[in-house]
Amino acid sequence: MCLAIPGKIVEISSGNADSAIIEVAGVRRRIDLGLLQDDRPVPGDWVLIHVGFAMSKISERDALEQMNTLRMLGQTEVAIQEVQGYGLEDVT
Amino acid sequence: MRFVDEFREPGLISRTAEEIRRLAGTERHYRMMEVCGGHTHAIYRFGLKDILPENIELIHGPGCPVCVLPMGRIDDGLSIAQEPNVIFAAFGDMMRVPGTQGSPLEHKARGMDVRIVYSPSDALKLARLNPEKHVMFFAIGFETTAPSTALTMMRARAEGIRNFSVFCNHVTIIPAIRAILDSPDMRLDAFIGPGHVSTVIGCRPYEWIAVNERKPIVVSGFEPLDLLQSIVMLLRQLNAGEAKVENQYKRVVPWEGNRAALRAMADVFQLRPYFEWRGLGFISQSALRINDRYAEWDAEQRFKVPGIRVTDPKAAQCGEVLKGVLKPHQCKLFGRECTPDHPVGALMVSSEGSCAAYHSYEHRKAAMETSLTSIA
Amino acid sequence: MAHGAGGKASRRLVEGLFAPLLFGTAPGPLGDAAHVEIQGTKIAITTDSFVVKPLSFPGGSIGKLAVNGTVNDLAVSGARAEALVVTYVLEAGLPTPILEAEVRAMANAAREAGVRIVAGDTKVVEHGKADQMYLTTTGIGYPLPGVNIDPRSVRVGDRILLSGPIGDHGVTILLARGELDLEADLQSDTRSVFPLVEILIQAAAPGIRWMRDPTRGGAATSLNELARDCGLGMVLFEDQIPVRDTVRGACELLGLDPLHIANEGQFLAVVSPEYADVALNALSLAPGGSEAQIIGEVRDQPAGTVLVTTLYGGSRIVDMLVGDPLPRIC
Repeated sequence: MCLAIPGKIVEISSGNADSAIIEVAGVRRRIDLGLLQDDRPVPGDWVLIHVGFAMSKISERDALEQMNTLRMLGQTEVAIQEVQGYGLEDVT
Repeated sequence: MRFVDEFREPGLISRTAEEIRRLAGTERHYRMMEVCGGHTHAIYRFGLKDILPENIELIHGPGCPVCVLPMGRIDDGLSIAQEPNVIFAAFGDMMRVPGTQGSPLEHKARGMDVRIVYSPSDALKLARLNPEKHVMFFAIGFETTAPSTALTMMRARAEGIRNFSVFCNHVTIIPAIRAILDSPDMRLDAFIGPGHVSTVIGCRPYEWIAVNERKPIVVSGFEPLDLLQSIVMLLRQLNAGEAKVENQYKRVVPWEGNRAALRAMADVFQLRPYFEWRGLGFISQSALRINDRYAEWDAEQRFKVPGIRVTDPKAAQCGEVLKGVLKPHQCKLFGRECTPDHPVGALMVSSEGSCAAYHSYEHRKAAMETSLTSIA
Repeated sequence: MAHGAGGKASRRLVEGLFAPLLFGTAPGPLGDAAHVEIQGTKIAITTDSFVVKPLSFPGGSIGKLAVNGTVNDLAVSGARAEALVVTYVLEAGLPTPILEAEVRAMANAAREAGVRIVAGDTKVVEHGKADQMYLTTTGIGYPLPGVNIDPRSVRVGDRILLSGPIGDHGVTILLARGELDLEADLQSDTRSVFPLVEILIQAAAPGIRWMRDPTRGGAATSLNELARDCGLGMVLFEDQIPVRDTVRGACELLGLDPLHIANEGQFLAVVSPEYADVALNALSLAPGGSEAQIIGEVRDQPAGTVLVTTLYGGSRIVDMLVGDPLPRIC
């Protein structure tokens, strides 16, 4: 139910807009884009692949945002502790 | 691997684990259920339990479509494939699941034409390549997989491919979650929500869990950093006394879901009034059947299905383990009559079934820890 | 069918049925080859059968596997292969060009590996049997001095060495079958590992406890067998295990673990800590050994088990394979 992998669209069939080739770490497979017909991906886009079908487009922006949030973890705490150290507990 | 390796960065994983320890403190015991079998598998594969504090308990939910499939349905599917010139096509996950007369692989050894496919469209391709045979695709999966089956059937119809049918065992996740919450012996604080099912159904269908049941739910991705970040988000909610639906897996899950996928499902399927879930009993409106427009591609209409009902041995406590009420090793058959080599219940067959995962992973580690403490 | 896949079921068949009846009160654990003494001379002997579909695939074919496989079994027992005999079981109707191609492949592989093929036998079975061709090769050679391969000599603290990336062969075959519709620039790693084994022996003979070529069932199965045989635990460091990107990608896509995938051109060695670094150094400087790694070490716990650990402190147990590795979607 859940094994899905991000792959990059490298080619869309000229004869069939629903058929595309994706690449994952050098492995290629033909997949079906039929579930993304409302928001068609183009070559270069990354999609999530499950049982040979693209389920969703992967948002690079959201991925970067997530990484930033993770990197900031704990840093907010450090900032709060510093502030508290100055006796400014009521600031929040 | 892009969009994978970044979420496995060891330094960041350690830091997130630290944040979890800080948020979890030492006073409170947190019980979180990950619904989806894929999450169960990821938790074991990445050894995440090793880096979580003792007071966070992860309970494995029933989101394993192989585990909840009654044995009778496997027998039914295999009996269709006994007909002459029928090719039985299914995902690898199904191949070792035992029916009463053996698993699909065992049937293959006895001469049945059994093929492993990676995609329902591969099964349709088999039908195109073998016009004198009939290809029956044994479909399993939650809402993640159902749209692909639906779209494949739409293609079969559009191309007029008649030697193809689907034996549909798709089930839906919300009734399973409801069954967990309705269970009287269940005590849960929060849910790690299924990530890939949500790419199809979106996040709205979980709102009643937060609003009515007052339990936080975070829709999570499958990489270590996804799961750990989801736990951070759940801890924050729980510590603040909040209960809402959050989407940790934003890079992939749209809040509104995938309209095209839902349309395909609506075109091909309808809800069964009830369906038997192995270990959980009959649940209403919890499974999909193929509607009459696609009767020609419905294996249950094309062939006579025995409708075999197989009851599990009373001693097998799959239901309680599925609901998270019992831990795998608390089932009387665990590790004795029921092991990955000779499974009695499906939770031991599927690689994401809690019992198989526990047997391969925790069991011996627990034994090791016991022997270490007895030396000390 | 599961009995041929190289994992638990195979082992049960061998240990439960064959060994007691054929080997009698056989001393010690079962190895890749047997070293017997004949009129004062020690010789090494082994046999192996080869069943593969498709017969030919990127990087090799059944004929090449049949030569290298047996040469390798002798090599990891600490012996140099000298001569092979081969049996062909052929399906009636097999086109001659296919047969000829395999015979050539065997001749080439033998020449490359420095062994002579000295005798053979052929049988033809009816159409529908033998999947076109089954091959068996039996190899003899002589044990190299100074080496004593014995799982019982393995000690806590020993290091586990791997000669190169795992998973190439099994994934190549899976893709070559064409059922999964995946394309990758990948080929079987089939080769004779004897040159590398010889270099390892020259550099570290007193420290070599055990060697094995992880074929069917993969590195996980070989190491689980060792753990069982010596009663100790094997701890592997996930980030140290060499796997090609393409193999990783295919395994992620299909839900497979590279540790369970067959290899035909690699070997594992357990070496004492005193010799481990010089062993690794010698391998990595040798042709074809540049990707060798120390992938783990022997510990006393968890006994009889293979554990894989990650850099961030997570761990998982890797069991012996039950049947063939199957792709999954869940």
